[in-house]
Amino acid sequence: MTMFATHQSTRILSPARPWFIVLSILLGVLLNMLPTRQWPLMPDCALLILAFWSVREPRRVGQGSAFALGLVMDVADGAAFGQHALAYVLTGYGATQLSRRMLWFSLWQQALHMLPLFCFSTGIQMLVRMLATSGGNSPGWMQFLPPLVSTVLWAPVSFLLLAPQYQPETRDDNRPI
Amino acid sequence: MAAVNEAPPFFRNGPTPFARLCFYVACALALMILDLRFHALETARKGFHGLLEPLRNVAQAPVRLFSDGSRYFLNLERVRAENQALRKAQLKSSPIIAHYAQLEAENRRLNALLGLRAQPAATGQIARVRYTARDPFTRRVFLDKGLREGIAAGSPVIDTQGVIGQVTRVFPFSAEVTLLTDKDQAIPVQVERTGQRSFIFGLGNGLVELKYIPINADIRAGDRLITSGIDGVYQPGFPVARVIEVTHDSNDAFARIIARPLSAAENHHMVMILATTPESAPHPEDARTGPVARETQ
Repeated sequence: MTMFATHQSTRILSPARPWFIVLSILLGVLLNMLPTRQWPLMPDCALLILAFWSVREPRRVGQGSAFALGLVMDVADGAAFGQHALAYVLTGYGATQLSRRMLWFSLWQQALHMLPLFCFSTGIQMLVRMLATSGGNSPGWMQFLPPLVSTVLWAPVSFLLLAPQYQPETRDDNRPI
Repeated sequence: MAAVNEAPPFFRNGPTPFARLCFYVACALALMILDLRFHALETARKGFHGLLEPLRNVAQAPVRLFSDGSRYFLNLERVRAENQALRKAQLKSSPIIAHYAQLEAENRRLNALLGLRAQPAATGQIARVRYTARDPFTRRVFLDKGLREGIAAGSPVIDTQGVIGQVTRVFPFSAEVTLLTDKDQAIPVQVERTGQRSFIFGLGNGLVELKYIPINADIRAGDRLITSGIDGVYQPGFPVARVIEVTHDSNDAFARIIARPLSAAENHHMVMILATTPESAPHPEDARTGPVARETQ
C-alpha cells in the first residue's frame, strides 16, 4: 500500500499555492456558518482545515493565521472575543510542533495524533465559557463528539486538500513523478 | 564581515514558536477580559459583523435555495387547502376582533375615568430567523433585521404562541436574539390563574425554571405563565410558558418549578420584534439621579 500523504511516499508534491490555502480556510469558515445547530456531530471545519495546513505548511500557516481565524469565528458565532482565538492558537501551535513527527505516519495514525488536539481545543472553549457565564448552557459530554468526527475526517480532508499538489506545474516525460 | 555568532538569514525566523504562542495567548486573554468584563468591544464586533455579511449570505444561499425550492414545488392542492383553512380561521376570529375593538374602546374610557395611563398598543416588525449561533453554550438566533430597520437592543421578540426572547445585540443588517431558554435570560412573569409574580430563568436545555415561589404557594402543573410587565420591557399579558413539574423539597424555602416555553422558541421561522415600551415610571433610586439608560441584560 502506498502512503502517498506521508513522508514515506515516493512521490514529491508540488508546493501548495497560497491562494488555495486561503480559499480552503475560507471554505471552512463558510461551512461553519451554515445553520447546523441541530446536528450535534457537525465538526469545526475551520479548525480542521487550519490544523491540516499547520501540519503541512507550518512555515506559512502559523499562529498569526490561527489567531485571525479565531477572531473571525468569534464574531461569526457571537461568542466571546478571544474564545475561538485562544483555542485555535493553542491547537495551531500543537499541530505545528507535531508536524515533523506526524508526517511519517499513515493517515489514520496522523488522525490519532490529532484527536487529543481537537479535544483540547473543545475543552479550552468549554473552560472559557464556564468561567465567563458561571456554568453556561453546557451541553455536557456531547461536546466531545465533534472532535471525534474531525478525527475521522482527517484522512478524507487530507486527500482532498493534497490532491491539487499532485499535479506538477510543468509536465516532463523524462521525469518519473 | 558579519559577527560570527549572527545566524545566516535562512535560520532567522523571528521569535521562537513558544514566544509567539505566549504573545498570542496573552492577546486572546486580553481580548476576552475586555469583552466579558468591560464590554469594551461592541463597536468592533458590530463592524466585523458587517464585514462578514457577504460571507454569511453566501453560506445561507444553498439553505435558502433548498427551502425556497421545496416551497416552489409545493402542490397547488395543498396551497389551496391551506388558503381555505386560513380564510376559515380569519372568519372565525373576526367577531372576536370586532368584540376586542369594542372592549378596547371601553377599556380606554374606563382608564380615562379612573385617571390611569392607557396601555400603549403593541407595535412591532416581522422578521425572519436567518440562522442560529453555532456556539453550543448559548441559545441565540439571528434575525434578518437590524439597525437599518430601527431595531433597538432590549426589544422583546414573540411568535404566534408567546414570548421567544429579547434582542441583545443589534448589527447593521441583523439582530441577535437571546432566547428565553438561555441561562442568562430572565423574564418577569405572573401565574395567570393566581396572579402571583416572579421570574423565570432559562435552564439551557429548552426548559425554564420559575424561581422564588414559596413552598406553600398555590401553583400546580398546567398553570400558564404570562409576562407581568413590571420591568417595562415586556408588555403585560403575553403567554410565556406552561408549568410542567412542581417539586417541593423541605430543605429549600422555595419550590422547584419547571416550565416549558409555549412558543416554539428553538425552532421557528417568522417572529415579531416588538417596540420597547417607551417610558415607564423611574425606579425610586434612579428618580433622584435622573433617568438612567436601562441595562437590558
